[in-house]
Amino acid sequence: METKRLTTSDLDAIWAEAPAPAKMWIRVGMDTGGIAAGARQVYDALIDARDDLGLKIDIRKTGSLGLSYADPVVVVGGVDRPTVVFGAMDAESARDLIVRHCRDGYLLEDRVIATHERGRDLGGQPQVAMLVKDTSPRKNQDRTAFFQDLIREELGVHHQQAKVRVYRAKDMGLYQKGVCVQLLPSRVTYTNVSGPDIRRMIEETLQGGQVLTDLLETAGDPQQRIVLRNCGLIDPDELQSYLQAGGYRGLKRALTEMTPEQVIEEMKVSGLRGRGGAGFPTWLKWKLTRDPVADRKIVICNGDEGDPGAFMDRSVLEGDPHAVLEGLMISAYAIGAETGFFYIRAEYPLAVERIQRAIDQCRAAGLLGRNILGSDFSFDAQVRLGAGAFVCGEETALIASIEGRRGSPEPRPPYPSVKGLWGKPTSINNVETLAAVSVILDEGGEWYAGFGTEKSRGTKVFAVTGKVQNPQLVEVPMGIPIRTVIEDVCGGADHGARIKAVQTGGPSGGVIPLDKLDTPVTYESLQALGSIMGSGGMLVMDESDSMVDVAKFYLGFCVEESCGKCAPCRIGGFQMLKLLEKIHAGNGDPDDLGTIRDICHCMKTASLCGLGQTAPNPVLSTLQYFEEEYLDLVDKRRATSANQKREAITQWERV
Amino acid sequence: MSMGTELGNLLDWVEGIRRRVRELAKEWEDQEGNLIMILHAIQNEFGYIPRGVASELSKELGISMARIYEVITFYHYFRLTPPGRHTIQVCMGTACYLKGAMDLQNELERQLKATGGRDGEFHLESVRCIGCCGMAPAVVVDGETHGRLCPNDMAGILKEKRGK
Repeated sequence: METKRLTTSDLDAIWAEAPAPAKMWIRVGMDTGGIAAGARQVYDALIDARDDLGLKIDIRKTGSLGLSYADPVVVVGGVDRPTVVFGAMDAESARDLIVRHCRDGYLLEDRVIATHERGRDLGGQPQVAMLVKDTSPRKNQDRTAFFQDLIREELGVHHQQAKVRVYRAKDMGLYQKGVCVQLLPSRVTYTNVSGPDIRRMIEETLQGGQVLTDLLETAGDPQQRIVLRNCGLIDPDELQSYLQAGGYRGLKRALTEMTPEQVIEEMKVSGLRGRGGAGFPTWLKWKLTRDPVADRKIVICNGDEGDPGAFMDRSVLEGDPHAVLEGLMISAYAIGAETGFFYIRAEYPLAVERIQRAIDQCRAAGLLGRNILGSDFSFDAQVRLGAGAFVCGEETALIASIEGRRGSPEPRPPYPSVKGLWGKPTSINNVETLAAVSVILDEGGEWYAGFGTEKSRGTKVFAVTGKVQNPQLVEVPMGIPIRTVIEDVCGGADHGARIKAVQTGGPSGGVIPLDKLDTPVTYESLQALGSIMGSGGMLVMDESDSMVDVAKFYLGFCVEESCGKCAPCRIGGFQMLKLLEKIHAGNGDPDDLGTIRDICHCMKTASLCGLGQTAPNPVLSTLQYFEEEYLDLVDKRRATSANQKREAITQWERV
Repeated sequence: MSMGTELGNLLDWVEGIRRRVRELAKEWEDQEGNLIMILHAIQNEFGYIPRGVASELSKELGISMARIYEVITFYHYFRLTPPGRHTIQVCMGTACYLKGAMDLQNELERQLKATGGRDGEFHLESVRCIGCCGMAPAVVVDGETHGRLCPNDMAGILKEKRGK
């Protein structure tokens, strides 16, 4: 199939015919995070157990669903069976999964992750299982097991114990809502269940078929998976898998039904802005690159995800490489480019491997090369590796790096859209942007613009990490409050601690204090707070974290990554870091804070590129919201020196 | 006689490197801006960028040594010295840092009794985010990731690898 050149009618046939669903299938999340947590061993154990028992199960590797806290993650589904997500798997539980779940129909204790899709009614079916989890445990007092026993006992009283089984869930996707119970297969979910409710659940719901409206959880999932639409569901190593999910429909539509100008117009309608951080309108970047007259134009996918603590781009490249490639091809068509590059961090070998495979598959299938799908459009792409330089995320530095030089930024203008790689007009788009492009061309710009806010359309993927209960990848519509992402999706602070602040935008961003967490996620609102949207890192900090230390960490990162070309960044950053280290060690002066502010101002206004201009942001925003922490450190030193003097006087007097 | 054989082996070895460099240069010949990709290939093969190999490459591509040196030293990924038998990478991404990556690093340094962390057998380095933030703090030992660690785990990790 894949060695043959695909025609538009081949594609139409693939999209039209739904593949026969496997009677039973298993998907193992094999991204870098999953593999690090042991997904390979889980995969092998699943295959072994399946073959031992001689079962017919379609077991495949996929990218990540985003549930990093539960890696390795395994999803099981099939005809006439509910799709169940299992987390925190290992080789032993993988065997259990095949034997107990796939063969015998039981669930596994403490492994099931309840999906965010919740039912409103029982669907007229008998319920066969209950998941229970205490979502607001008090210290050392998790009532999950206790409620499991209570429910079992009550089922026994009603002679239902053989019909309905009760399992402890690993996660319910609900937090601070007391004991939660989810019924399967209907996914009707009850929250804040108390002892007396158990009898009602059994008598009224299980036996009477009535939903208890006072306990029913009706809030939907705030997440909206557009960029991550295929991640964790399709096989990233198979072109066929992407095609069956409707892949390359956007490309076909662009090539066969639209002029390049219409493609750009569609992007304008969608309102998509660059997801790399700065939020430049994608359509405008394409238009500015299309307009100049040149013998050759180039498109680049920026996969140099350098923000420490962010792994959105890696997950998309590893989970759905063809979506990014399709986006790059569409951008090339819109601009009039025949050459494309993926610039990917060398530290992401799996992402590189999967993109390279996607390119090879497309070449073999005729989706890359001359006259793609019988059109006049010819295009080919290749991979170039980064080599560990944060500054290469900056457009002009990235270009220098692909040209084989040091990644030093150049003054702009001229912008790359006029004079880019080898002096040719070049459009550089981020991974997430391109993954959105392919679906926008398929579903239409207006559909995409239906998500988000007026100025920030669509969705954004965030990597929520740090002191948060469930670190994971989250994709939400723009405009929802940061608090919803942190508390409703990721479960709030870890170990019941209090959140102090959330950092967005990595080394170029700033901190957002607890009382500002209701701010909606948009480019403008985050900027107004002194932070930025950035590429999508969201770091949660609790009361035990020192803001001065965090500022020092980020600034240290930028100082190390400064290319050294311009003085404000090279010297300013270094001197400011020395001051922060001095303050952090307790040797600071109150005057130092003034000096720090001066250096920040200088770096912001006079640095050549984005790295230097934004490097002061973590310092400035911690100073803005947590100045007292700096003052405490400075004062402690004053207090100590006052103490020392007092001691010296006493000594002196004694003599 | 034996001197002659050794010299012969050495010459063979040098010739082998020359041939390999030529092959790599040939592979990337018609690609624009190929220097970094060739350097990646060299590091994959030798574990670092040996000076002799760089100088062969300089002749082969007609690029001055100064330019190659400039590129190697600019990018963190390229090494100028051979790595130890085992490589230990402590992730210094933000999530790992917040969850105590510095403590892991300090403990490893203490155990290896070497600042900068090289004792021939182990090559200790702190690396930028490896993207396993869900299992912070994380350490990569010879390509294998270990997560959710505390300083007490370090001795075991070293013991497991030492002498292998």
